[in-house]
Amino acid sequence: MTTATPQIETQTDCVNDLFQRDDFIHRHIGPSPGDIQSMLSLLGLESLDELIRTTVPNDILVPDNDATCLPSPTPEHETLDKLRGYAQDNQVFKSFIGMGYYGTHVPTVIARNVLENPGWYTAYTPYQAEISQGRLESLLNFQQMVMDFTGMEVANASLLDEATAAAEAMALAKRVSKKQSNLFYVADNIHPQTVDVVATRAKYFGFEIVRGPATELPEQDFFGAIVQYPGSDGQIVDIEPIIQAAHQQKAIVCVACDLLSLALIKPPGELGADIAIGNSQRFGVPMGFGGPHAAFFATRDAYKRSLPGRVIGVSKDCRSNTALRMAMQTREQHIRRDKATSNICTAQALLANMAAFYAIYHGAEGIRAIAKRVHAMTVSVAKSLADHGVEIEHDHFFDTISIKSRDAEAIIGRANQHKINLARLDEDRIGISLDETTTMDDVALLIEIISGKPHQSVSLNDDSSIPGKLQRTTPFLEHPVFQRYRSETEILRYMKKLENRDYSLVHGMIPLGSCTMKLNATTEMIPVTWQEFGNIHPFAPADQWSGYKEMIVELEEWLTEVSGYDAISMQPNSGAQGEYAGLLAIRRFHESIGQDHRNICLIPSSAHGTNPASASMMGLTVVVVKTDDDGNIDMEDLRLKVEQHADNLSSLMITYPSTHGVFEETVREACTLIHEAGGKVYLDGANMNALVGVTSPGAIGSDVSHMNLHKTFCIPHGGGGPGMGPIGVKAELAPFLPDHCVNENIADEPANAVSAAPFGSSSILPISWAYIQMMGADGLKKATQVAILNANYVAKRLQGHFEVLYKGLNDRVAHECIIDIRPIKESSGITEEDIAKRLMDYGFHAPTMSWPVPGTIMIEPTESESREELDRFCDAMISIRDEIRAIESGQIESESSPLRHAPHTLADLLAENWNRDYTKAQAVTPFKGQSSNKFWPAVNRIDNVYGDRNFVCSCPPMSEYEDE
Amino acid sequence: MNTTEMLYAATHEWTHLADDGDAKIATIGLTAHAIEALTDLVYMDLPTAGTQVTAGNSFGEVESVKATSDMYSPVDGEIVDVNTSLPDNLDVLNTDPYGEGWIIKVKLSDEASLAKLMNLGEYEKLCTES
Repeated sequence: MTTATPQIETQTDCVNDLFQRDDFIHRHIGPSPGDIQSMLSLLGLESLDELIRTTVPNDILVPDNDATCLPSPTPEHETLDKLRGYAQDNQVFKSFIGMGYYGTHVPTVIARNVLENPGWYTAYTPYQAEISQGRLESLLNFQQMVMDFTGMEVANASLLDEATAAAEAMALAKRVSKKQSNLFYVADNIHPQTVDVVATRAKYFGFEIVRGPATELPEQDFFGAIVQYPGSDGQIVDIEPIIQAAHQQKAIVCVACDLLSLALIKPPGELGADIAIGNSQRFGVPMGFGGPHAAFFATRDAYKRSLPGRVIGVSKDCRSNTALRMAMQTREQHIRRDKATSNICTAQALLANMAAFYAIYHGAEGIRAIAKRVHAMTVSVAKSLADHGVEIEHDHFFDTISIKSRDAEAIIGRANQHKINLARLDEDRIGISLDETTTMDDVALLIEIISGKPHQSVSLNDDSSIPGKLQRTTPFLEHPVFQRYRSETEILRYMKKLENRDYSLVHGMIPLGSCTMKLNATTEMIPVTWQEFGNIHPFAPADQWSGYKEMIVELEEWLTEVSGYDAISMQPNSGAQGEYAGLLAIRRFHESIGQDHRNICLIPSSAHGTNPASASMMGLTVVVVKTDDDGNIDMEDLRLKVEQHADNLSSLMITYPSTHGVFEETVREACTLIHEAGGKVYLDGANMNALVGVTSPGAIGSDVSHMNLHKTFCIPHGGGGPGMGPIGVKAELAPFLPDHCVNENIADEPANAVSAAPFGSSSILPISWAYIQMMGADGLKKATQVAILNANYVAKRLQGHFEVLYKGLNDRVAHECIIDIRPIKESSGITEEDIAKRLMDYGFHAPTMSWPVPGTIMIEPTESESREELDRFCDAMISIRDEIRAIESGQIESESSPLRHAPHTLADLLAENWNRDYTKAQAVTPFKGQSSNKFWPAVNRIDNVYGDRNFVCSCPPMSEYEDE
Repeated sequence: MNTTEMLYAATHEWTHLADDGDAKIATIGLTAHAIEALTDLVYMDLPTAGTQVTAGNSFGEVESVKATSDMYSPVDGEIVDVNTSLPDNLDVLNTDPYGEGWIIKVKLSDEASLAKLMNLGEYEKLCTES
């Protein structure tokens, strides 16, 4: 037990310190200066600099940059002022652009209690299901909602955006159709940003895209097709004929659809669609200049095992109570690797939860009313315009009309004066999309602007412009969860009830190796909900987002310096997307110098599973490089593989520090070997929290990396997303960064886009910007030093109790350490899973389990955890080790030990007969001081086998919730 | 069936050959070693009879709580029979992997691929080494 000593005396020997400019550094970093000194002493060190010099290979260390572009540490209030300045440089126009992004009213009860609530946004992906039942239930509600609206049989718990969902649909179509054909049909009514991303993906899968009308399929042999419904231009086309035509040739049809419209129009499932995808943004998630929001993906039951991304399934716990968990985990890329269905890893859990709560908040009647209102207003606009002689292109629409006018330029100009954005479809066509924020005044104004004639009163038009055959007749959102929480009191309590079941950073440390669960500071989060950042359409004219631009440019400059690269692309929405974009840049670079044949990607066996999955999506052949007994890349084997494949070598994908949590000393040599053979190095930036300010991917010799802003740069994990994975590249690769179709400069060139929006999930970029601004160069470096200190401190404290599997220079670990549980399993039968579940009883979230080495756990404490919290965690681990020793010495059988029965719940305490070989107190409060602050797992250990054999991804009947 | 009379692929499929008139029929399954390594099985994706298979290419998938694996055909030919009751009765793979747990039967179109398969001794050596 340590006592916090006041450090203020030692801090203020200089008058300048009275301004507390670097105050935030000490808020972000957990251990106090005094603790840091004593922790260093324990490791036999004098200073943090000495720690780094003796831990990181000296040939990659970089000196402090005197000419740094990084800011000096800035106080929190000043940082907010500066960001507010950027926000004010944005102009919030009323958007009628549509194209997949719409105005929405975020119910304030959801904004405050979910989006702005660290109980929801600091949680991790729900791998430890017993302490994640809250958001698992909410994500199950999301799946049910998607299934209801689309009329499909199964749905996943969100994808990154609509465009990547379409690309995933194409991959699924190829997989399940089992057809030889490589032709994929993309109807010409698809959103242009979707076409871009699908085209990029298709090229390297070796698929050919054929374009044509949504009404009929050309006489060619396709493996799949995608149509938009309603179309990007607003027209509702009867898609049944094209679906039937596709099915006659056994092709798979994906329908890109809009949730709100599906309250009124016949769902794709009823029209025979095989896949339905789309964006749930307009269900209460701000546009945010492109994201984040949750895309959805639904399909037939028959294809459930090919569903990309994460799926929540219903199973039971060992008391046979209903319990939820992520289903079919083995299909995720981290197990299937280069045979994975896709590389998707991070999802959009926080935003999917917001959308699900929006559906609960409004219920079927509420959403139907919104849909009817939006439709009626659109009909009113169309009719009035027609009366004024304006040419309306289509008779059948939901919320979007397109008009033809030689006056397009003038109309856009008039709209601009009224701070209104319309969609310029081409030279003489304009699109107008209405949404739930549209008012009757807006309707009148729109008519005036477009017709160019004064227009006074408008009344809502009751007619429908939806063809009779395509009107929805089936109910939706019938499950009680969508009916019973209508008053604010009820929904508030429901949200809190779910939140209370979930372990997040508000409860204690989440020491997940390779996930960097550091502080997500409140000041960093505040700007996310400012409307000047939230209410900007991603395709708004550039002069309306100058504030965003200034902030993004500055953030790019900072990241350029931090990463040691020359250029940055903010487009990738996740780490895996970044990998894809980075490999794409390498491929395109090789193509540009006539070396298209380079298709071999070397990946060490210790790599994260997304690496081989991304490589195979880029059409690269993965060749595995061995690791030696110390967990390092086997340089002999690397040399051999480079030699064997020299002519066709595309790239090497490495992680640094390695996924084994050590600074490998041969990394520079490895980069040189690859470069000499004409290849490029992709350095996975997942572990960048051990590099910032000390060294950098660029300095190490790598050519391209992604940076997980949701790890190193403080974007919260959101309970399973959002994320951001911008990539940095050396100058040579800069021309091959992804572009975007709304960028006017690129004309007819393919944009090679990887995301729907030009800057990915822009509205969460202020988080990383604020972090860097407040920490400054010194703070960033110190964060890295303390992250490495904390990991080595944990390794040291666990010494003698557990075995650290891999160590580097001077027996040090990097910013995380792997604890080997296999000897314990040998001696006691206790597994890493038993320990993980037992940690819940002690009030902790488990470290990463069985990755990257089966039978181990990986601990990453981050710099934000105080010495006191680290000690609490180490004490818990040591206490658990003592429980294991009791098994080893024969005092208790493993089967009857508290470890095997963990986690313990209230249900255990309340059970009539307590017949265990340990006391109730040992079961639920094994740890000092716990009884006054107990986190209760909501369910007992979950039966994964049962759930995967009996797959259910819809909400169970209400009776099952009551029985808990 | 007698495991000593079978041939084995490095990807852990066993093959038992029988004559059917002029043709040779290969019965194919997963070895006990593979099934044990996969742990609790939850799902199996099987092809339909009539499908052509080639040696070294996937003919189906088996999924456990730990991993999803492709099953690779050890031979070239046409699938003539599929053990369709397996997906609903995965425990058979644990209790009788070399009998009731057979997966597909293939009528060989070519016998060249057989040369690449191992005998029991060679296969057991592979399993202890890996």
